[in-house]
Amino acid sequence: MGSTATTSGRRPIYLDYSATTPVDPRVAAKMWPYLTESFGNPASRSHAYGWEAEEAVENARAEVAALIGADPREIVFTSGATESDNLAIKGAAHFHKGRGRHLITMTTEHKAVLDSMRQLEREGFEVSYLPPRPDGLLDLELLAKTLRPDTILVSVMHVNNEIGVIQDLEAIGTLCRRHGVLFHVDAAQSAGKTPIDLATLPVDLMALSAHKIYGPKGIGALYVRRKPRTRIAAEIHGGGHEGGLRSGTLATHQIAGLGEAYRLARLEMAMDNARIGKLRDRLLAGLMVHDEVYVNGDLARRVPHNLNVSFNFVEGESLMMAMKDIAVSSGSACTSASLEPSYVLRALGRSDELAHSSIRFSLGRFTTDADIDAALAVIGGAIEKLRALSPLWEMHQEGIDLASVKWAAH
Amino acid sequence: MAYSDKVIDHYDNPRNVGSFDKEDANVGTGMVGAPACGDVMRLQIKVGADGVIEEARFKTYGCGSAIASSSLVTEWVKGKTLDEALEIKNAEIANELALPPVKIHCSVLAEDAIRAAIDDYRSKQAPAEGGYAACTPQPATA
Repeated sequence: MGSTATTSGRRPIYLDYSATTPVDPRVAAKMWPYLTESFGNPASRSHAYGWEAEEAVENARAEVAALIGADPREIVFTSGATESDNLAIKGAAHFHKGRGRHLITMTTEHKAVLDSMRQLEREGFEVSYLPPRPDGLLDLELLAKTLRPDTILVSVMHVNNEIGVIQDLEAIGTLCRRHGVLFHVDAAQSAGKTPIDLATLPVDLMALSAHKIYGPKGIGALYVRRKPRTRIAAEIHGGGHEGGLRSGTLATHQIAGLGEAYRLARLEMAMDNARIGKLRDRLLAGLMVHDEVYVNGDLARRVPHNLNVSFNFVEGESLMMAMKDIAVSSGSACTSASLEPSYVLRALGRSDELAHSSIRFSLGRFTTDADIDAALAVIGGAIEKLRALSPLWEMHQEGIDLASVKWAAH
Repeated sequence: MAYSDKVIDHYDNPRNVGSFDKEDANVGTGMVGAPACGDVMRLQIKVGADGVIEEARFKTYGCGSAIASSSLVTEWVKGKTLDEALEIKNAEIANELALPPVKIHCSVLAEDAIRAAIDDYRSKQAPAEGGYAACTPQPATA
């Protein structure tokens, strides 16, 4: 479909900020001059065009570092969090393979981490995939039991993209330090949304994204700790940019956008979070009016903009169809290419039915009270319509335990 | 995912939603699918003394294509004899609704639902034969 207009003529209410965010107009304004007037190559040392581009890049590097409590020299610009995850995981494995060939991650990680791990397995590395506890968090005792003398890296995401739960980086990192194991964190969903202070957190590598926090797509960064020095191998070779870790001409306008987005996040995170948290609570209260609605993942240890719920006895894809005036993500089969329900919700121990009926709402800087109220009206109508159509709902109403029914497999 | 206009029409205005008393001797009930697979269809037919399907009702848990497939067959079986209704093939359902390949299983399920409902009805008419109550829920505690 080429248009985002719905049958009602309005654009859908956007509640999918964890997928991507609009570029903040203040960020776009900052980027523009670097496309047209200040177009120099930051690597050009011999003239003013290069100098002004280099200045923009270094200012942005300082802003990225400031948001996460890092030193600017610890920031490597990449094309985004996926590339950063690849560079951190494969780069660490390739550099340290003489020391060990075992890595540890979680089953609920982003595909950028899981598929990088799969690639390393094809290269002869061994990877342990840890299941989460039912609340979505990592079981520290399980991690401690899984660490081996030949373990070189642990990779755990800070905030889960589907359920928004926040892992305890301090505890995980401390455990890794004690065993002399590198700790990589995918922070694509957390930077700018929850405080990060790498001056105190025992984290060695951290993947960062711009477009999840009102910056442009196609730019991100990898934090690489200097003290103690974290060594990784480069995965892209060329002109030796970014200390040799990531070659390729720097995208000045993208980097300027990333820097401005991170500067605004640093200044406005507390204010945004307080406001967004209230909106999320309003949404949650409105949803819980309905029977058989379940929150997926721990509600307390969670970023304020995420709400992932399952509507029992209603199938996710038809729910999305009934909610076409709201832009959200479904953990259900059919909205994605595969026919499997969300692997994250399955990993939490949710039944297939509940995994099939989950919806992720993610709120952001431009979400309003009116958006939430309009969304609740649409959702209420959708649930009512689909439950009236659902034989499972009818059986539930009659007191039949669906788990005791012998279903015909197909 | 883009749905055909016919799927959207059945989804927005589902035909013959509801239930008949499944204990009624003139009613056949077919329930197919499984919640874990993401779709469950229940089709009910009410058969007249002349062996013609007078009315049909459905309820479906599933995607838009599954809802549309079951809504469509309630229209198609009405006025048909049981043998005529058994002639309805999933390919006709898929063609009518312009289902994409990934949704063909919805039409297969709808065809299965017709057969299950008719089997249930026939087993009630001739209980001595020991009927085949396909996919009718059997609560362990009942």
